[in-house]
Amino acid sequence: MDFSSIRKLITRWCAGEENWVDTRTVYIGNKEPPPGAEAYIPQRYPDNRIISSKYTFWNFFPKNLFEQFRRIANFYFLIIFLVQLIIDTPTSPITSGLPLFFVITVTAIKQGYEDWLRHKADNAINQCPVHEVQHGKVIRKQSRKLRVGDVVLIKEDETFPCDLILLSTSREDGTCFVTTASLDGESSHKTYYAVQDTKAFITEEDFDTLQASIECEQPQPDLYKFVGRINIYSDRNEPIARPLGSENLLLRGATLKNTQHIYAVAIYTGMETKMALNYQSKSQKRSAVEKSMNAYLIVYLCILISKALINTVLKYVWQADPDKDEPFYNQKTDTERQRHILIRAFTDFLAFMVLFNYIIPVSMYVTVEMQKFLGSYFIMWDDEMFDEELGERAQVNTSDLNEELGQVEYVFTDKTGTLTENNMEFIECCVDGYVYVPDAICNGQVMPGSTSMDMIDSSPGPGGKESEELFFRALCLCHTVQVKEEETVDGIKMGIHQNKATSFYISSSPDEVALVEGMKRLGFTYLRLKDSHMEILNREDEVERFELLEVLTFDSVRRRMSVIVRSTTGEYYLFCKGADSSIFPRVISGKVEQVKARVEHNAVEGLRTLCVAYRKLSVAQYEETCHLLNSAKLALQDRDRKLAEAYDLIEKDFVLLGATAVEDRLQDKAADTIESLQKAGMKVWVLTGDKMETAAATCYASKLFRRSTQILELTTKRTEEQSLHDVLFDLSKTVLRQHGSMTRDTFSGLSADCVDYGLIIDGATLSAVLKPSQEDSSQGNYKEIFLEICRNCSAVLCCRMAPLQKAQIVKLIKSSPEHPITLAIGDGANDVSMILEAHVGIGIMGKEGRQAARNSDYAIPKFKHLKKMLLVHGHYYYIRISELVQYFFYKNVAFIFPQFLYQFFCGFSQQPLYDTAYLTLYNISFTSLPILLFSLIEQHINMDILKKDPSLYRDIAKNSLLRWPIFIYWTFLGVFDAVVFFFGSYFLFNNSTFTSNGQMFGNWTFGTLVFTVLVFTVTLKLALDTHYWTWINHFVIWGSLLFFVIFSLLWGGIIWPFLNYQRMYYVFIQMLSSGPAWLSIILLIVISLLPDVVKKVICRALWPTTTERIQVGEHTHTHTNTYTHTHTHAHIMHRSTSSHFTSVTPASSRELIGLTS
Amino acid sequence: MMASSYNAKEDGHVTVPGGGTIQNKKPDNTAFKQQRLPAWQPILTAGTVLPAFFVIGLIFIPIGIGLYVTSNNIKEFEIDYTGTDMSSPCFNCSQSFSWNSTRPCTCALPFSLEQPFESNVFMYYGLSNFYQNHRRYVKSRDDSQLNGDTTSLMNPSKECEPYARNEKMPIAPCGAIANSMFNDTLDLYYIDPNGTRIQIPLMKKGIAWWTDKHVKFRNPGGNPNLTSAFQGTTKPINWRKPVYELDTDAENNGFINEDFIVWMRTAALPTFRKLYRIIQKKNNMTPTLPRGNYTLEVTYNYPVRSFEGRKRVILSTISWMGGKNPFLGIAYITVGSVCFFLGVVLLIIHHKYGSRNNTADIPN
Repeated sequence: MDFSSIRKLITRWCAGEENWVDTRTVYIGNKEPPPGAEAYIPQRYPDNRIISSKYTFWNFFPKNLFEQFRRIANFYFLIIFLVQLIIDTPTSPITSGLPLFFVITVTAIKQGYEDWLRHKADNAINQCPVHEVQHGKVIRKQSRKLRVGDVVLIKEDETFPCDLILLSTSREDGTCFVTTASLDGESSHKTYYAVQDTKAFITEEDFDTLQASIECEQPQPDLYKFVGRINIYSDRNEPIARPLGSENLLLRGATLKNTQHIYAVAIYTGMETKMALNYQSKSQKRSAVEKSMNAYLIVYLCILISKALINTVLKYVWQADPDKDEPFYNQKTDTERQRHILIRAFTDFLAFMVLFNYIIPVSMYVTVEMQKFLGSYFIMWDDEMFDEELGERAQVNTSDLNEELGQVEYVFTDKTGTLTENNMEFIECCVDGYVYVPDAICNGQVMPGSTSMDMIDSSPGPGGKESEELFFRALCLCHTVQVKEEETVDGIKMGIHQNKATSFYISSSPDEVALVEGMKRLGFTYLRLKDSHMEILNREDEVERFELLEVLTFDSVRRRMSVIVRSTTGEYYLFCKGADSSIFPRVISGKVEQVKARVEHNAVEGLRTLCVAYRKLSVAQYEETCHLLNSAKLALQDRDRKLAEAYDLIEKDFVLLGATAVEDRLQDKAADTIESLQKAGMKVWVLTGDKMETAAATCYASKLFRRSTQILELTTKRTEEQSLHDVLFDLSKTVLRQHGSMTRDTFSGLSADCVDYGLIIDGATLSAVLKPSQEDSSQGNYKEIFLEICRNCSAVLCCRMAPLQKAQIVKLIKSSPEHPITLAIGDGANDVSMILEAHVGIGIMGKEGRQAARNSDYAIPKFKHLKKMLLVHGHYYYIRISELVQYFFYKNVAFIFPQFLYQFFCGFSQQPLYDTAYLTLYNISFTSLPILLFSLIEQHINMDILKKDPSLYRDIAKNSLLRWPIFIYWTFLGVFDAVVFFFGSYFLFNNSTFTSNGQMFGNWTFGTLVFTVLVFTVTLKLALDTHYWTWINHFVIWGSLLFFVIFSLLWGGIIWPFLNYQRMYYVFIQMLSSGPAWLSIILLIVISLLPDVVKKVICRALWPTTTERIQVGEHTHTHTNTYTHTHTHAHIMHRSTSSHFTSVTPASSRELIGLTS
Repeated sequence: MMASSYNAKEDGHVTVPGGGTIQNKKPDNTAFKQQRLPAWQPILTAGTVLPAFFVIGLIFIPIGIGLYVTSNNIKEFEIDYTGTDMSSPCFNCSQSFSWNSTRPCTCALPFSLEQPFESNVFMYYGLSNFYQNHRRYVKSRDDSQLNGDTTSLMNPSKECEPYARNEKMPIAPCGAIANSMFNDTLDLYYIDPNGTRIQIPLMKKGIAWWTDKHVKFRNPGGNPNLTSAFQGTTKPINWRKPVYELDTDAENNGFINEDFIVWMRTAALPTFRKLYRIIQKKNNMTPTLPRGNYTLEVTYNYPVRSFEGRKRVILSTISWMGGKNPFLGIAYITVGSVCFFLGVVLLIIHHKYGSRNNTADIPN
């Protein structure tokens, strides 16, 4: 965002200050302005190209290099390399140049490939065809060639290629329907209006004659704001000016629905469209592991610098005696002597830095990068995350965050389309206490508290029959559903009856569609609204016609809607449907008790319930209501309030008919997934734009709220009654009291039934809470109070959220003092902002377009896949990468520390202990593959167990494997090993013969001995840490060791012609020909590995973690075949699966796990 | 990403349940891709590690004892002839040292061996406080020159500075290592019980690595006449004789002189010893060095006083495990015992806690 705005500023400056104006004037069809118009200042607009790629072919090389060396690690290695080139250093520049080159190349290839993919995606979009109207003809054109002012023809179901002003449509009334699902997530159809004076232009030829210009503001990102003016020049010279508002503006990304075609003129193109302006530039997300890695790096940098400093100082202390500095056998050259002491000291310091620089491993970055990149393929390959229905598999957009999946503490999920399928289904209705279920499938269900009946053979008596039919009619009439016909030729009646697919219902509320469709299945079919008569096909196949007189539209305060109709017999009815809370108080008769019981029953089931009531109006009453309504409608001031008052007066004295239940089907296994996530210690928040009741119902259905959950409301309704301040304090008091008593309870061991809290907050209240404090300081800490409440709630539901508010919430939690790791999951474009904001963003490849999936870090086909994603993949990746990081530091400490020790024995002369080849290849080839493959395929626990027992996830929470104590342990292990290698070899070498022929070894043999022990120890250490030995591990671990041996044999076996030194010639072979060398290698390896093994075994025996217990249990299971063992195990397995359905606290699951061992 | 605006088209493609797309998108159900490769899953528990500890203990302790005994059976005799003490016979030589003295200073050190040295005896010279592993020193050589490369002979590598040229003449062999070659001559005499001095024959072949002598070091050119082969070069500054006069034996002269090769293998630590001569066992009847009195005659050429170095001569027999080094044996015994001890500790832990984990938690 920042970057693009800066760029925009720059282009503005470049364009010249005088060219910059606040408005733009667009000539429709790019025609010459008619004479007499104002002086035309041509403005340059960008073409309609969308650019998301970073590089072009030409700038890739320099730009990519620049970007790479901005990374501190790469820069560090570059500096080391340059130092080696410039000054005389102990090791050749190749030792650091080669790995660096390798890193840079691999990264460049990866980034180049990714950018190529982006180019491809851009091209696909930019080249997709659009229809432009030019000189009275329609021509096809690539999308990117579209210019401001072009008139385009859009057909049904096409997406708008840029921001357009609607000129005319195929519908007579000049409207068109649009769904903005991919922009803001609202899947409902919205109506847009053509400009009044151009809606008559309906053919291509017409537009040739249109002379008009549009003046509008320069592009701005607000989707809902637009101000402009159109001037239409007719034959007379006086142009007609009409205002343009957002109802005329079609946004790029929205899709035309239910309208055959439209004509529109482009006003904002390419990167200036509102959609493009709305993109938050994807900020680089860094994982917690990467952060701790950087912290470790700093520690190591400090160690490195202090090592170099110590050595430099000691060197000058040591060589203060000139005979030590320059003994007769080892004189300096004249130029060396003449160099100033400070320069000498400085170059010495640099030389020490170079000598020890391997302690910060270059290859770690490559390995981590490769691990992430290759590891992410396992997510894509996962068969269990493949969805047959969609034909989609999980998709990884950034592999940088794999391990973050194992660290999630907060899950923010969208509701519609994510938790639910966004597919309403009519479940049942209840008339006077009798339950009607449209589908035979539901017959098997026992319905307590009511007589279950099949609709066909149920006849609750003649009176019941009447109210039943009235109820059905009410539902058929009381709605705002539109009927869309695919083919009207055969006639609607025929169409509906014979081929259901030919006609379907459209509404802004999916519930209404579900209800009307449910009625259809119960025998009453709503046909259409014709000439303000609603037509219903009743059970006897007769068409009933009702005149629609008034619609009292739905609003969220009243929470009900009504219609007033007149039947053919001339009776006036007022049908009303709405939330139970808004209907029951207005009911005067009807079987309230039975219905109420049923409604409550259904609500608990997570169904969305509505109550239906009616009121028969006499003619006089109708006249009165008409009067009331009209006067309210005509009011110029306070119209809304007056309307509400009028509604209030009209909607009363109801007769209750019954209730309906509609289910927004939860996604498959959504409840199970949420339960698992909660067991794994994650807090799940639902953020939705939906209304509170619906959202709450979903939360109940998905087990986010349980029956025992005490709901705290922080909604507009409450804040209207009390001040926000009081509400907040009330809530926090409630929560904290509970919290306090709970701790006391657990103290006394009486934690029997502690209430868990669920918080419901709506958008308006949230923005009030988050509003920065204005005057008094007491308001400033709303945020903290709010956070405190949230922290003590087991589940939070945020409803009525705007897309940006979702991001705000995520940000709020992210920046709370504990800095928890957040994950956002959603499917619509309205979730994009939170997906981008959260540490990990997951997109669901949903019905509402691919926006979320594309902007996410990971995309999965279904919500249920989140479970495996986090509990299995996340867990594995975290374990793997943390071992990778720790092990890398460990092996490099063990590698470099002997060199440091050696300085004390070589007069601080920066003499390397190992040969150059060993220095270079240690990290690149001798020890690289085992850890890379380990970090790709290690499985410390079977994945089925990870899935079965979510509480294992808690074991790795809060970055537990990369904490400082563990890091220090590894470092000390490295130092210990280094000391063993060095002093072990030292005491063996010290003043004694090593061979059976009396010949002596030199310094290179000493180094080779240390190095051999080092390579074997470090590799075997990894082997000891490996819990999952596939053939790959065997191949790589033993292969690496073999490779080291073969390489050493080869490296010392030949006089290498291109080298100017032959110091390694036969060194390795000579060493192997000596018995004591073999013995000491074995001895030193055993000594180095011993403490770690002992520590592990003892810790496991005395203080096992849950994970370790499980491992042992699994082990016993797989390795013993005795009847008793398998029997016990099976028993336990059975128990743990059954415990899945009850809730298992971590403590009890721990016990359970203990059994298996 | 910006490229996401057009979803209608792509969605259309993807959601069409045409067999092709699904087939392509469906992940392969291979064990590798599903992370279900068959695997051995070992776990380090007290139970599994226990036997390993005992085995290590049982193997290491006998090895250690064997090593220790072998090491103890080795005869080693060491004599310091630096001559820092007034009482030392070499005191004068060490004091009056000068690089350009023509007359060699000699001194004789008497010593006696309490026990006879039965097998071959290896004679070493040892230097202390001599930093042969100093970086400037280690790299100060030209391996291609030593390998007989004629161009390098005339143009010694830059690494040899400041020992690359002497008055414009290339030095052969160049570099600090060669220049500082150890040049004391050590002779050993056995004093017969009846007082006669018998010189003990010292073998000067077989002291360097075979590969060094035959591959790594080569005299320049195919010229059998070394003097002409080294034409145009000069001797190292500290040397008394040019390289082609190191020995009269053509097989041990020039760069392939074994004393030279031994010296060129730089030692790892500042205190080191280098093989000087081998005293071959004559026959099975008499020991190589019978017990009795000996004299070490030193031609004292090598100055160590300036850097507080020490010079020693070591006589040692050798076993299959090299010279005397009790460290390895002791280390083996120690580690073996520690492993054994840990094994016992783990056994206790395993019995006490392992069984707790297994049984105690089983509920009613």
